[in-house]
Amino acid sequence: MSTLAERAVARTPRRLAFRLGGLSDRAIAWLFITPSVLLLLAINIFPLLWTIQLSFTNYRANRPNAALRYVGLDNYRDILSDPDVWHAMQATAHFVLWSIVLEMLLGFGLALLINRRFRGHSFWTTVILLPMMLSPAVVGNFWTFLLQPQIGLFNSAVALFTGADPSSFQMIGDVALAPWSIIMVDTWMWTPYVMLICLAGLRSIPDYIYEAAEVDRASPWRQFWSITLPMVMPFLMLAILFRAIENFKMFDMVNLLTSGGPGSTTEVASITLKREAFEKWRTGYSSALAIILFVTVFGAANIYVRALDRVKQR
Amino acid sequence: MSIFTAHSVAEPSSLSKTIGGIVVATYAVIAILPLVWILLTGFKTPTDSISYPPKIISEPSVEGYVNLFTTRSRQTPEFLASLPPPQTWYERLVRSRNMVIAGPSKVVPRFINSIVIGFGSTFLAVCLGTIAAYAFSRFRVPLADDLLFFILSTRMMPPIAVAIPIYLMFRNLGLTDTKLGMILLYTAVNVSLAVWLLKGFMDEIPREYEEAAMVDGYTRLQAFFKVVLPQATTGIAATAIFCLIFAWNEYAFAVLLTSGDAQTMPPFIPFIIGEGGQDWPAVAAATTLFFLPILLFTILLRRHLLRGITFGAVRK
Repeated sequence: MSTLAERAVARTPRRLAFRLGGLSDRAIAWLFITPSVLLLLAINIFPLLWTIQLSFTNYRANRPNAALRYVGLDNYRDILSDPDVWHAMQATAHFVLWSIVLEMLLGFGLALLINRRFRGHSFWTTVILLPMMLSPAVVGNFWTFLLQPQIGLFNSAVALFTGADPSSFQMIGDVALAPWSIIMVDTWMWTPYVMLICLAGLRSIPDYIYEAAEVDRASPWRQFWSITLPMVMPFLMLAILFRAIENFKMFDMVNLLTSGGPGSTTEVASITLKREAFEKWRTGYSSALAIILFVTVFGAANIYVRALDRVKQR
Repeated sequence: MSIFTAHSVAEPSSLSKTIGGIVVATYAVIAILPLVWILLTGFKTPTDSISYPPKIISEPSVEGYVNLFTTRSRQTPEFLASLPPPQTWYERLVRSRNMVIAGPSKVVPRFINSIVIGFGSTFLAVCLGTIAAYAFSRFRVPLADDLLFFILSTRMMPPIAVAIPIYLMFRNLGLTDTKLGMILLYTAVNVSLAVWLLKGFMDEIPREYEEAAMVDGYTRLQAFFKVVLPQATTGIAATAIFCLIFAWNEYAFAVLLTSGDAQTMPPFIPFIIGEGGQDWPAVAAATTLFFLPILLFTILLRRHLLRGITFGAVRK
């Protein structure tokens, strides 16, 4: 990477007129970029390479003195044929899919309403934004309190509107409801994120397009489908990209809200990874799983960025 | 734009505005309710906090806050009677529950850890990010796009995935459960955000400013420090707040790599326990104190929020 920086420096145009002493532009470019790149190499890339190496071994971090054996692709084969891993992938897919659908609908809906610029809209926008800024772990922890049957606020609120007995259901302890409780908390937390991005999209649409549509007597419905939605689409895609990546690797909120339970109903990929790596101490196996997750996120992100460019060009 | 713009057709009718306002306000109130509930729970007694049905109005009490900052032990009435009368209001409160204060709790050191690690890593990330962003913004760096994408991609890795080798690395270097280790780690995670955000801010500062300064005899470095940096103050401040929020909120690395000396608030809060499970008023008190700085920052950041959460992709 330092060679890259050196080449960077080499191609930096010589601003002869401005080199009146002090360091040259080359030296400055070299000096300015290297520390960040070195830090990332040390704390991101080196561990990544190490993970790749470990993924071909039977290493266990709790037994550092045991003989290290290279097992080739065995870890990868085991993972891909492990029903628990497939179950975790399904749980993750369910979580990612539904949280994104709900966040898109709510976030886009709210953005459309806020864009009407009623009085006090900026105050309410700030209020809505708050959950997104908080620590997901601490949020997950206090939602366990809110979702307690009987004493929790949530069950009582549901009881108030539906007349059901507040102790007749439990969001976290129930196999059918637990996956929805993590989706609900995630939606509560991240709808503002989608809303904010959609709002930027809506505000980027110039008024004259709507004026032209009005002249052509296009109905509001038609205006929405032919102007608003296509123009906001790149922004919506961007929000989907960010949410999908974040939720695919979701750990903190779920770990504290359900810690994968009951049983393994909400055991998303990162929770499985934590259990394999730091509870069962199967370091080699979990390194392989980490690489698979990383490749998945990275691949999806790459494909998506390209799709995004295509949408933008249209 | 025509003179009709003020009353353009795009302006929604006042009825639709009112409906929009009502719906948005309703959503906001519902969304904020859990946070209000946490605030209220902090001022309830432990008994009130777990009453069924949940009490909205209850006798205000600071027991949660007292419990948060102290460790207590239960004593027999005979022993309590033998003690000299309580000196302070909080001792009196604890005595009334048949307990005595055994000492301070760990919340203050944990809070200090959060502050030290948060500010330390933010300072480093912003320093590194500012100079790197300047280089990316002003010099023609070959493969700049690839390098920038590489920097961004380091942030896409699931934290648990890199946690394994970082755990091993820290163990070998003796950095496990140290503030220095956590500062370095958070700096590395934040530097990608800092470079991306700051490059956007730097790109917006016209080159002509520093070029004019250099014509006047400044060196490139002097121009950077005396012309560019002052222009970038707002951007640097906004970036710093985003980095600080990340470090403040981070949980995955903290829970895996710290256990005592360097533990921050997020892994600590769920383990505030009283007699028989979590002491909810104390947890709520800790959560409230932990959220307050974020509340302040969110208000400060409002104008730059969009940029920060999208890595500068959406600028508005």
